[in-house]
Amino acid sequence: MDIVELSRLQFAFTAMVHFLFVPLTLGLSILLAIMETVYVMTGKTIYRQMTKFWGKLFGINFALGVTTGIAMEFQFGTNWSYYSHYVGDIFGAPLAIEALMAFFLESTLVGLFFFGWDRLSKEKHLAVTWFMALATNMSALWILVANGWMQHPVGSELNLATMRMELTSFAEVLLNPVAQVKFVHTVSAGYVTGAVFVLAISSWYLLKGREIAFARRSFAIASAFGLASVLSVIVLGDESGYELGDVQKVKLAAIEAEWQTHPAPAAFTLFGLPNESEQRTDLAIKIPGVMGLIATRSLDTEVMGIRELKQEHRERIVNGQEAYALMQRLRSGEAGEGDQTRFEEVRSDLGYGLLLSAYSDDVANATAAEINQAVEASIPKVWPLFWSFRAMVAAGFSMLLLFALALWHSVRRQPEKSPWLLRFALFSLPLPWIACEAGWFVAEYGRQPWAIGEILPVHLAISSLTAEQVLTTLIAIGVLYTTFVIIEMWLMQHFARKGPSGSGYLEDDTESGYPISTPSREV
Amino acid sequence: MMDYETLRFVWWVLIGVLLIGFAVTDGFDMGVGTLLKVVGRNDLERRVMINSMAPHWDGNQVWLVTAGGALFAAWPPVYATAFNGFYFALMLTLFALFLRPLAFDYRSKLDNPTWRSRWDWGLTIGSAVPALIFGVAFGNLLQGVPFQFDDYLRLEYQGGLLGLLNPFALLAGLLSLLMFVTHGAAWLQLKTEGELRRRSAAIGSLTALVCAALFVLGGVWLLWGIDGYQVTSVIDTQGYNDTTGKIVAVSAGSWMTNYSRFPLLWLLPILGVLGFVLCALTMKLGRHALAFTSSAVAMAMVVVTTGVTMFPFVMPSTLNPNHSLTMWDATASELTLKIMFVVVCIFVPLILLYTAWSYWVMRGRLNEQFIRDNDKALY
Repeated sequence: MDIVELSRLQFAFTAMVHFLFVPLTLGLSILLAIMETVYVMTGKTIYRQMTKFWGKLFGINFALGVTTGIAMEFQFGTNWSYYSHYVGDIFGAPLAIEALMAFFLESTLVGLFFFGWDRLSKEKHLAVTWFMALATNMSALWILVANGWMQHPVGSELNLATMRMELTSFAEVLLNPVAQVKFVHTVSAGYVTGAVFVLAISSWYLLKGREIAFARRSFAIASAFGLASVLSVIVLGDESGYELGDVQKVKLAAIEAEWQTHPAPAAFTLFGLPNESEQRTDLAIKIPGVMGLIATRSLDTEVMGIRELKQEHRERIVNGQEAYALMQRLRSGEAGEGDQTRFEEVRSDLGYGLLLSAYSDDVANATAAEINQAVEASIPKVWPLFWSFRAMVAAGFSMLLLFALALWHSVRRQPEKSPWLLRFALFSLPLPWIACEAGWFVAEYGRQPWAIGEILPVHLAISSLTAEQVLTTLIAIGVLYTTFVIIEMWLMQHFARKGPSGSGYLEDDTESGYPISTPSREV
Repeated sequence: MMDYETLRFVWWVLIGVLLIGFAVTDGFDMGVGTLLKVVGRNDLERRVMINSMAPHWDGNQVWLVTAGGALFAAWPPVYATAFNGFYFALMLTLFALFLRPLAFDYRSKLDNPTWRSRWDWGLTIGSAVPALIFGVAFGNLLQGVPFQFDDYLRLEYQGGLLGLLNPFALLAGLLSLLMFVTHGAAWLQLKTEGELRRRSAAIGSLTALVCAALFVLGGVWLLWGIDGYQVTSVIDTQGYNDTTGKIVAVSAGSWMTNYSRFPLLWLLPILGVLGFVLCALTMKLGRHALAFTSSAVAMAMVVVTTGVTMFPFVMPSTLNPNHSLTMWDATASELTLKIMFVVVCIFVPLILLYTAWSYWVMRGRLNEQFIRDNDKALY
C-alpha cells in the first residue's frame, strides 16, 4: 500500500474506534441526567442508585472516549499536514471552539459528577450532570460543523497568495445545512446507542430474575427515551438523504447504485448486487418512486446517475486544468491581461484539476488517458456504500421495532413476562454500533476521492512522511487500541454482571465520593 | 475592532496563555503521575496521590487539547509543520497520553495487585513521557527545524526522531519534566498529609533547584552556543501571509536581539529563576500555598522567556531560514483570528470560573483512612 492508502487506513481505524465510545457517551450522559432528575423530583433513592450504577459503566466507556479522542486532534497535523495547512483557517476554528465551549465544561464536570455526590446539594449535583450532558452534545455540534464543512465546504475561498483556504463567512460554516442535519442525526444515534445499552443490560437482569426493581425502571426509561430517539434518527436520516440529493449527488448515486439517470421520480433499490464492471445492479428489487421522494422531495426532479455525474466531472476536470494553469501563472506573477477574470470563472473547478495530479505531473497538459483515469476515480466504489448504507438502515428499523415493543410492554408494567422480548433486546446490543459505524463509513467513504469536497483531493492532503513511517504507527496504534478495547469490554461485562447489588450500590446508600469535612487542615 | 497586526500579536500572547494554562494545571497531574512510584510506597499511598487529582485531571488535560486546537485555527502552518515534522515524537507522546485516562479510571476498579501495578506504570509513562517530549520539542524550536516549502507550500521535512534528541533539546526536556515534577510535588503538599507530604517536599525542593540550574544553563548555552534567527527584510505585519517571501539571517547571538533592544525583558528569566528558588525555599519551610504559586510563576516565566527569545519566530527553519514561520506570517486570516478572539474572550473567563469552582468544591486534604472508607467510590 502507498502512503495515501496507509494514511487513510490509519485515520479510518482511529476514527472508527473512537466512535465506538462517543455515541454511548452522548446517549448515557442524557440518560444519567434523566435518571437523576427523577431522583431529585421524587426523592426515591433507587433512581440515585441507577444514576451511580449506569454512571460507573459510563465512566469505563468515557475513559476510552477521551483516550481515542486525543488521537483524532493530533492526527490532522501528523498525518494530514497539507490538509491542515490548506484549510486550517476554517477547519481549525470549530475544533478550537469545541474545546473552549464544550470539552472544557464536559471534562471539568465529569470529575464533579463522579466525586461530588456528597459535596454538592442534590440540585447542584443534578445541574452538574445536566451541564455535563449538554456539553457533550455541544461538543458533537462543533465536530460535526467541522466534518460538515469537509463534506460541503461553504463560506470560504482559496487565497492564491497564501495558497490556503480562508474563511469568508463564519455563519455559513456554522449554518451549513449538511452540518446541521448531520449533528441532529448523529446525536440522536448516540441517544439510541445509550438507550439500547441500558435496555439490553436491564433485559439481561430481568431474564436472570435479578435486580428486578432496578432493571424494570431502567428498562422503562430506556424504552421511552429510545423510541423517541430512534424516530428522530430515522426522520433526520431521511433529511440527510434530502441534503445529499441537494449537495452530495455523487454519494447519493453511489449509495443507491444509480448507474444512470432514470426518469423522475427515481426508484429505491431495496436489494441488489452492484456490479462495478458492468455498471449495473444485478437482481435488483426496486420500489418505484421512493428515492426520488427522499432525495428531491418532488415527483418530477431527476436523481442524477453515475454515468451523467462522470460526464459532468469530465467537464469540470478540463475546466480545472485551465484553472490550474491560470493559478500557476498568477502565482508566478507572469499573468497576462484577463487571466484574473478568467480564473474567477473557473476557480470552482480548480479542485477537479487537482484530481489529475494523482496521474500526471503536468496537470495543465494531462493526456486524454490521464483525464479518463481521473474521471473514473472521481466516483467512490459503489458496493461498499450500497451495503453499509443498507446495514445502517436495517439496524435502524430493527431498533425502531425493538423500542416500540419495549415501550408497549413497559407501559403495561410487565416486560419480564415476555422473555422473547428481553432476548430480542439483549441480542440487539450490537445494533446501534453497527448502525453508527456503517453510517460514518457511508459519510466518509462516500466523500472519496475528496478530503474537502470538490476542493482538495485526498492524495494531496497527506503529510511529508514515508509509507514505512505511517505503517509503523498504524501497527502500533492497532496493537494499542485492540488491547484497550479488549480491556474495556472485559471491564464492562465484569461490572454489568456484578450488577448494582454486586457493586454495593443497593445496600450501602451512604457511600460517597469525598468527605464533607476535611480530615485535617494543619500546616 | 482590532487591526490584523494587533490580532496577530494577541494570538501570539494567547497561545502562550494556553501553554501556561496547560503547564500550571495538567503540569501538576503529570508531575504527580511521574512521582507515583517514587513518593507512593504502597497501594494506599498511591491511591491518595491519584485521588488528589481524580476530579481534575480530565479538565486539566483539555488545556493541552485546546492549545492544539488553537494552534490549528490560529497558526495553521505551524500546526501542520510541527505535527508533521515531529511525527514520531508526537506519536510517542500520543501513545503515552493514551494510558492516562485508562490508568486513572481502570486502575482501582479491580483489587488485583498486578493489575494495579501495571496501570501505575501506565500513569507514570503517560505523565513523564509527554512532559519530557514537550521540552524536547521546544529545545528543537530554539535551534531551528529542518523543513522547507515548495512553490505550493507543501512541506518538505528532512529529519527523524533521533535528530530531535540532541543535547540542548534533552536539557530542555529534562527541564520541562522536572518543572512538572516540582509542580506535582507542590500539589501533593497541598492535598496530602504525613509521610506523603514530607517526601514530596523533600523531592520537590531538590528538583526546584535543579530546574533553576537547568534554566540558567540553558540560557547560557543559548547565548553562546546556539545560532539565533533574525528577519532582515521588512515584515508587512498588516499584510497577507507570505510565509516564504522574507529574508532571514542566522547568526550567533541573534536570540539576544530582543533583550538588547528591551533590557527590561531580562526580568522574565530572572523571575523564572527566582520562582524556582523561592519554590524550593518555601517547600522546605512548609509554606505549601506559596510553593505552589511560585512553581506556577516559574513555569510561566520559562514559557514566556522561550517565546520572547524567539519573537517573532515560532518555528525557524534550518533548511531554508527564509521559510521560517513567524507569528506575523504563519497566522490564519484576519476573520478567523477575529472570531476566535471573540470566542476566547467569552469562554476563557467562564472556563476559569467553573474550573475554580470545581477546585473549591473538592478542596481539602486526603489521607489513607479516607481511601479505606470510600474504597469503592474512589479511583
